[in-house]
Amino acid sequence: MTALWLLFLSFSAAGIALCLVRAAAGPTTPDRVVGVDGMATISIALMVLLASFFDRQVYLDVALVYAVLGFIGVLAVARYMERGV
Amino acid sequence: MRIFGEILIGIGTAFLFLGGLGIFRLPDVYNRLQAGTKCTTLGAFSTILGVGFVHPNWMLKAIVIAVFILLTNPISAHALARASYKSGVKLWDKSVVDRCKEFEECQEIGKEEEG
Amino acid sequence: MDAQGEHRTQRYLTAFVVSYGVWLALVGTLNWQELLMGGVLSAIVAAFGWRYFSQVGFSRLSVKKLLYLIVYIPVFFWAMIKANFDVAYRVIHPRMPIHPGVVLIKTDLKSDSGKLALANSITLTPGTLTMDVKGNSMLVHWINVKSTDTEEATRIISKRFERYLKVIFS
Repeated sequence: MTALWLLFLSFSAAGIALCLVRAAAGPTTPDRVVGVDGMATISIALMVLLASFFDRQVYLDVALVYAVLGFIGVLAVARYMERGV
Repeated sequence: MRIFGEILIGIGTAFLFLGGLGIFRLPDVYNRLQAGTKCTTLGAFSTILGVGFVHPNWMLKAIVIAVFILLTNPISAHALARASYKSGVKLWDKSVVDRCKEFEECQEIGKEEEG
Repeated sequence: MDAQGEHRTQRYLTAFVVSYGVWLALVGTLNWQELLMGGVLSAIVAAFGWRYFSQVGFSRLSVKKLLYLIVYIPVFFWAMIKANFDVAYRVIHPRMPIHPGVVLIKTDLKSDSGKLALANSITLTPGTLTMDVKGNSMLVHWINVKSTDTEEATRIISKRFERYLKVIFS
C-alpha cells in the first residue's frame, strides 16, 4: 500500500520538477509565471496527499491557505505585467 | 470506498504529471497555459476528492479546497493570458490565425457604447 | 437606488448564508461554540461585504434554474474530462499535433456573473482559453483552430454551454 502512495507522490513531484525547469528556463516573464502557477497548483494537491499519507488534518488548512495566497499572487503579478505597479 | 479514492488519486496524479509535461514541452505561453490550466485543475480536483474518499470525515474540507481550485484556476489563467498579450508576447510562429487586432477595434466600439 | 434598497435584506442574507456554510464546512463539527462563533463572524463579514457579494440575492431563484444548474454540472464535467484527454494526447504525441490561433466569439449573455461562468467553462473545456472579454465579444485562444469565422467558432465553442447558462443567469 505504501508503495502505491509513494508512486502517487513521485508523480506529483515529477510534475513540480518539470514546472520548475520551465520556471527557470522560460524565455519570457509570463513563461516563468506560468511555471510558478503550475507549481503552486501541484503543490496544493501534494500537500493534501501528504495530509492523507501522514494522517494529519492540519495540512489541509495549509493547502487551503496556500491556494488563496497562490491565486492572489498570480493576480498581482498579472496586474503588474499589464500596467506596472 | 478506499479503493475508489485511490483510483481517483491515481488518475489525478497522472494528470498532474501530464500538466507538468505540457508546461515543459509546448511551444509558447498561451499553449502552456492551456495545458497548465486544464490538466492541473482536473488533476488537483480529482486528487483532493480522492483524499476525501479515503478519509470520509475530511470530505467537507476537501470539497471546499477542490471547489476553490476549480473556481480560481481559470481566472488566474485568464489574467495571465491577458497580461502576456498586453505586454507584447508574440504567438508561436506556426499559429494559424491571430485576431487580436480586430479585438482592439471591438474594444473601441465597446467603450463608445459604454460612454 | 430604490431597486437596490429593495434587495438589501436579501443580499445581506445571501452573504450571511454563504459565509456560514463555508465556516461550517471548514470547522466540520456541530459544537455549539463553533456554531455561535461562526454566526458572529458571518454576520460581521456579511455586514462589510454584502455589497460585493451578489446583485439580486435570492429573489431571482426558481426551481427551473436549479434544475438547469443540476443538468449543467454533469455536462460541464464531461466536457472537462474530454478536454483533459485531448490535451494529454497532444502533449504525449511526439510531434505535438497543435494548430494554435486566436479567434473571436460572440455571446448573448448579459449579466457579469453569466459571462464569468461562460469564460470559466470555456477555459476548462477542449483546447480553448479565454483571453479577454469586452462587451459581448470574447477573445479565445484555440489550440486546434477549426474555423476562423466568428459565427462558426461561436457555434463550436460556446453554444452547448450558453443554452444552460442563459437560463441559469437570466
